[in-house]
Amino acid sequence: MIKTFKRFAVALLFAPALAFGAAASVNLDRAPVSTDPDALQHGAKLFVNYCLNCHSASFVRYKQLNAIGLTDDQIRNNLMFAGERVGDLMKIAMRPGESKAWFGAAPPDLTLVARQRNSTDGSGADWLYTYMRQFYRDSERPTGWNNLVFENVGMAHVFWELQGEQVAHFTPNGDGTNSVRLELVKPGTMSVQEYDEAVADLVSFLVWMGEPVAEKRKSIGFFVLIFFVGFSILAYVLKKNYWKDIH
Amino acid sequence: MTTKSQSLMNWIDARFPLTSSYKAHLSEYYAPRNFNFWYFFGSLALLVLVIQIITGIFLVMHYKPDASLNVSGIPVAFASVEYIMREVPGGWLIRYLHSTGASAFFIVVYLHMFRAMLYGSYRKPRELLWIFGVLIFLVLMAEAFMGYLLPWGQMSFWGAQVIINLFSAIPLIGEDLSTVIRGDFVIGDATLNRFFALHVIAMPLVLLGLVVAHLVALHEVGSNNPDGVEIKKKKDANGIPLDGIPFHPYYTVKDIVGVGVFLFFFSWVVFFMPEGGGYFLEFNNFIPADPLKTPPHIAPVWYFTPFYSILRAVTFPLFGLDAKFWGVVAMGAAVVILFFLPWLDRSPVKSIRYRGPIYKSALAIFVVSFFILGYLGVLAPTPMRTLAAQICSVLYFAFFLLMPWYSKIDKCKPEPERVTSK
Repeated sequence: MIKTFKRFAVALLFAPALAFGAAASVNLDRAPVSTDPDALQHGAKLFVNYCLNCHSASFVRYKQLNAIGLTDDQIRNNLMFAGERVGDLMKIAMRPGESKAWFGAAPPDLTLVARQRNSTDGSGADWLYTYMRQFYRDSERPTGWNNLVFENVGMAHVFWELQGEQVAHFTPNGDGTNSVRLELVKPGTMSVQEYDEAVADLVSFLVWMGEPVAEKRKSIGFFVLIFFVGFSILAYVLKKNYWKDIH
Repeated sequence: MTTKSQSLMNWIDARFPLTSSYKAHLSEYYAPRNFNFWYFFGSLALLVLVIQIITGIFLVMHYKPDASLNVSGIPVAFASVEYIMREVPGGWLIRYLHSTGASAFFIVVYLHMFRAMLYGSYRKPRELLWIFGVLIFLVLMAEAFMGYLLPWGQMSFWGAQVIINLFSAIPLIGEDLSTVIRGDFVIGDATLNRFFALHVIAMPLVLLGLVVAHLVALHEVGSNNPDGVEIKKKKDANGIPLDGIPFHPYYTVKDIVGVGVFLFFFSWVVFFMPEGGGYFLEFNNFIPADPLKTPPHIAPVWYFTPFYSILRAVTFPLFGLDAKFWGVVAMGAAVVILFFLPWLDRSPVKSIRYRGPIYKSALAIFVVSFFILGYLGVLAPTPMRTLAAQICSVLYFAFFLLMPWYSKIDKCKPEPERVTSK
């Protein structure tokens, strides 16, 4: 009887082994996310100049950039171009219906993009950092661009002047999959290292924008945890004292 | 002074049973003195319930159950949650407390139920206590399911789509039933509004009523303990159980220690990993609900995954009814079978401490199966995973259905006369 149960238990141990199949996943580069104000401000500048024409960030007010060290005047003079007020949300003039007709899909709001792109392959920041660096020339796409992370993406490579032009070399592995290598065939205005740093700053800004309170949350959390350690110790001493004559 | 407060108490006691209730439920409610680690989770469940109600009230002040799109093309309900996260002072904390509280609720309730299984707390005379508990679990699942729709993200929408569609598998009434639940032919504003009403009013009311019934039943029969022996059988000259100690102050001070330790871990999640690695707040749920874009993989929140796995494990039609229907039946049965536990168990002893090797192995297999089912429920199905889920589902039900037989033939140790010291 017990033997049967033991056999069951052993069979059970192997059950998870059955469950793990090989799943294809994208190799994502680790994004060097920064909370440094300089990096975030540079990221904000890139975001406003390159992204905020087609993509909105409709949960964020310009004013909230105070939190990354920008004054209202700096925001007004450097980051606002269309007569908005500093308390306005980062909306765009393009209508979702129009953009859908032009690009095939409306460019998504980017406020939460760093949180949306989290997956088992890596963090949302890793995804964005890899995505922005893996555009390559593809004459079959209407935009002339394709992307290794997001195949047949509707978005063109907005940073092409900065990064330059890459082409992809696909070599079959023999098992139906391809190995791929990107080659920079036409350099941009930035070196590879400069471009990686610029993308890292942009991604850092997107991470900040996804949850502006994150840093504050962690710093408060530190004190909350200390409080509960102290609380628990006191409660334990109190309990010991009350229970000393219970055996 | 003393006489004044005494006369005030007398005045109240003549009109409301304050002193007698205090005695009956706290200072002269005798609990066994040998409670261990597993006995913290009842009071913690009550704590989480209070956290959920208080944070929930503040969320309702700012949340808008509205599926229509705002000028930026984002559903108002989704936008209102982000408004709470970004612009309501302290809103992010309230929201994270509530979302983490949902998962914490299931963690403590699962541990609380496992405690009952370890020490036979569902056995006579505590059958009703257990039944109220299972009802609480059932209502909690409904409450969590409806609450999960409210942020109106992709997982909210498509998770609800999957679950509500299950009802349509029921023969004859299924289609109408699922339409009634949705309030529409598709999930939409009507669904969101009725789920909101049920989540913030109906279910909490039922939950509170059941919690009161659970506690009243507990205080009527008295607590079980890790030895599974009745402390009421041995009383002193004053009628006080020899192994009993007053709940207050002994267990109030002890439970406060549990509260402190629990809140440490709870705060750790709230302040340092509020997404819980994508299990407490699913990543896809940061994308607004889009009825035209089905996510490639729809996974329910972790606390439903064991039951979801059982649902998916049924892949074959039977008696002319399709697999989906039998999946729903299996999933329902997996919860309903808990109600019968007090009568399935025929062991002469209650506690795991005195049970034989068969029950111990059976419980271990049950727990492992439950974990594997939970794990598989998060993943997309493959033929091997489905097979694993089928094996574990059979083991899940075997634990209950074979219990009348194996619990009876097991070689138990004799129970002690009195509770044993730690």
